[in-house]
Amino acid sequence: MHPRRRFFRLSPPNTKPSREGVFFLLGVRIGLVALALGGSGSLVLAEQPPAPSPERARELVRMVRQDCGSCHGLTLRGGLGPALLPDALRDKPPAGLKYTILLGRPGTAMPPWKTFLSEAEADWIVAQLLRGFPEESK
Amino acid sequence: MTMPRTLLLGLWMLFVWWSLLAWSAEPALRGTGDLGVIIERSAGRILVVSTSGNNVIGRVEGLGDLSHASVVFSRDQRYAYVFGRDGGLSKVDILRGTLEKRVVQAGNSIGGAISQDGRLVAVANYEPGGLKVFAADTLEPVADIPAAYGDDGKLSKVVGIADLPGDRFIYSLFDADQIWIADLREPKSPKVEKFGNIGKAPYDGLVTPDGRYYLAGLFGEDGIALLDTWQPQGGVKRILANYGRGEEKLPVYKMPHLRGWAVAGHQAYLPAIGRHEILVTDTINWKEAARIAVRGQPVFVVARPDGRQIWVNFAFPDNGFVQVIDTLTGQIIQTLEPGKAVLHLEFTPRGEAVWISARDDNKVVVYDTASFAKLAELPAESPSGIFFTARAQRIGF
Repeated sequence: MHPRRRFFRLSPPNTKPSREGVFFLLGVRIGLVALALGGSGSLVLAEQPPAPSPERARELVRMVRQDCGSCHGLTLRGGLGPALLPDALRDKPPAGLKYTILLGRPGTAMPPWKTFLSEAEADWIVAQLLRGFPEESK
Repeated sequence: MTMPRTLLLGLWMLFVWWSLLAWSAEPALRGTGDLGVIIERSAGRILVVSTSGNNVIGRVEGLGDLSHASVVFSRDQRYAYVFGRDGGLSKVDILRGTLEKRVVQAGNSIGGAISQDGRLVAVANYEPGGLKVFAADTLEPVADIPAAYGDDGKLSKVVGIADLPGDRFIYSLFDADQIWIADLREPKSPKVEKFGNIGKAPYDGLVTPDGRYYLAGLFGEDGIALLDTWQPQGGVKRILANYGRGEEKLPVYKMPHLRGWAVAGHQAYLPAIGRHEILVTDTINWKEAARIAVRGQPVFVVARPDGRQIWVNFAFPDNGFVQVIDTLTGQIIQTLEPGKAVLHLEFTPRGEAVWISARDDNKVVVYDTASFAKLAELPAESPSGIFFTARAQRIGF
C-alpha cells in the first residue's frame, strides 16, 4: 500500500480530509522525515527537540535569518558561508550541525554561538533548517 | 464696440490661466547631490532620501534579495546601481524613482564598483566566483573574468572590489589568497595582473582616497595585505602583522567592512579581527601608530569627511552601540545607542550629520555630528546600507 494512503486513513472514514487536515498531515510527515534523518546521526534528535516558547522561537528565527544570514544569506542560500537549505544539509549528521552551531568551526569564519543558545535551542534550529527554515513573521 | 473688448480680455485671462496651469504641471527641477538611497533588506526595496530635508522622497521596489546589498552611483549622480545578494544588478533612476533595468548576472554576489570614466560597472561574485563587467548605460555584458586559481581551476569567491584610476578594478580572492587587478581600458580584452601569497582569507578590501594603495583585510591571520598600485612591481607587503600577539581570538559574529572611509588625515583606522580594537596605521610608512579599545568587534570604522572623528559600529551582540573617537586624542568621546541592530552609517557629504540604520527597530536615525543631538528619525523596514550620491565623485566608492 502506498504510504500516503495510510495517513489519509487517520481522517474520519468516508470523508475527504479538510484543507487544514491535509496541511496538518503534511506537517506530521515532514516532521517524521526530519526525525528519521535525525535518528540516523544523533540520539538527541531521536526525540522531538523541545519547542521554545513562541516568543523565543520568534527571536531564534530572527537571529538565524538576520545574524546567521549576514554570512549565509537572508534566504540561507549562502554567502561567505555555505547554503543552509535542506538540500545542502541533508547529508550532514544533525549532531554535527548542532555542534557546528554551538562551538563554531575553528579555522573558518564560523563562530561559536553557545553563549546565546542552549543545546535544546540549537537542536530546534537544526530541525527547522532540515525541514526548511521558517520565514520571519512581520 | 464693448463686446469684442470684453471678449479679448476674457481670452487673455484664459491664456494666462492656462499657461500658469501648464507651468505648475511641469515637475520641479532639482539636482541629486543631496540625495541618497537606503536599502530595505528584507523588502527588496530602496528608499530615495534627501539629506537636506532629512526625509524620504521616493521608493523603488522589485530589487530582489537585498540581504547583502551595496550601491555605486553614476558620475552624474542620477542613477544608482544596486548589487543584490541574489546576483541581481539593478539600475535605478533616483530622480524619477523608477527601476530602469535589472539583470540577474550570477547566483550570489557581494558588491561592485564603477569605473573611473563611469562607463563600466563591475560586479564581484561568489557564485560563480569571479568578476563580471557591464556597460553602465545598458547593463549589457562586456567582460567575464572567472576567478580561477590552482591547478584544477577552482573558482574563488571575490571580495573587496574597488575601482582604480585607469578604468581598472582591484579585488581579492577569498579562497585563493590573491589580489587581482583587471584592466578594462580595452573592455573586450581585459588584462589581469595577479598577486599571490597575500595572506590567508582576505575578507574585504579598500583603496585609499588617492587611489594609490589597496589594503586587504585578512580573516585567516593577523595582518593586512598592502599593495602600492603606483609601484605594483614591489609586490604585496604585510602590515600590522601579528597584531593579535598570539592571543586567542574572540568570536566574530559579523565580518567587518573596509572602504576608503578608513583614512583620516595621514592615518588609517582599521577593524581588528577577533579583538575589540581599532588598529591605527600611518599611511606614509604603514607602521602601527596606535590601537584603540572599543565596545565590541568593529564592523564599520568610518572617518567623518573632515577626518576629525571616527564613528564605529559593532557586530552582534554589541550591535546596539555606536562609538565616536576623536582623532586628535585617540579617545572615545561618545557612546550612542541609536537602536537595535545597527547595520550601517553614512555621513552627509561634508559630515555635519550622520545617518545610522537600526535594522531591528525599523528606523534610520540622523545625528548632528558636532552636538550628537538627534536630528530626525525615519521609519524604514529592516534598513541596512545607506549610500549618498557624493560617493559618485570618490575614488574607491
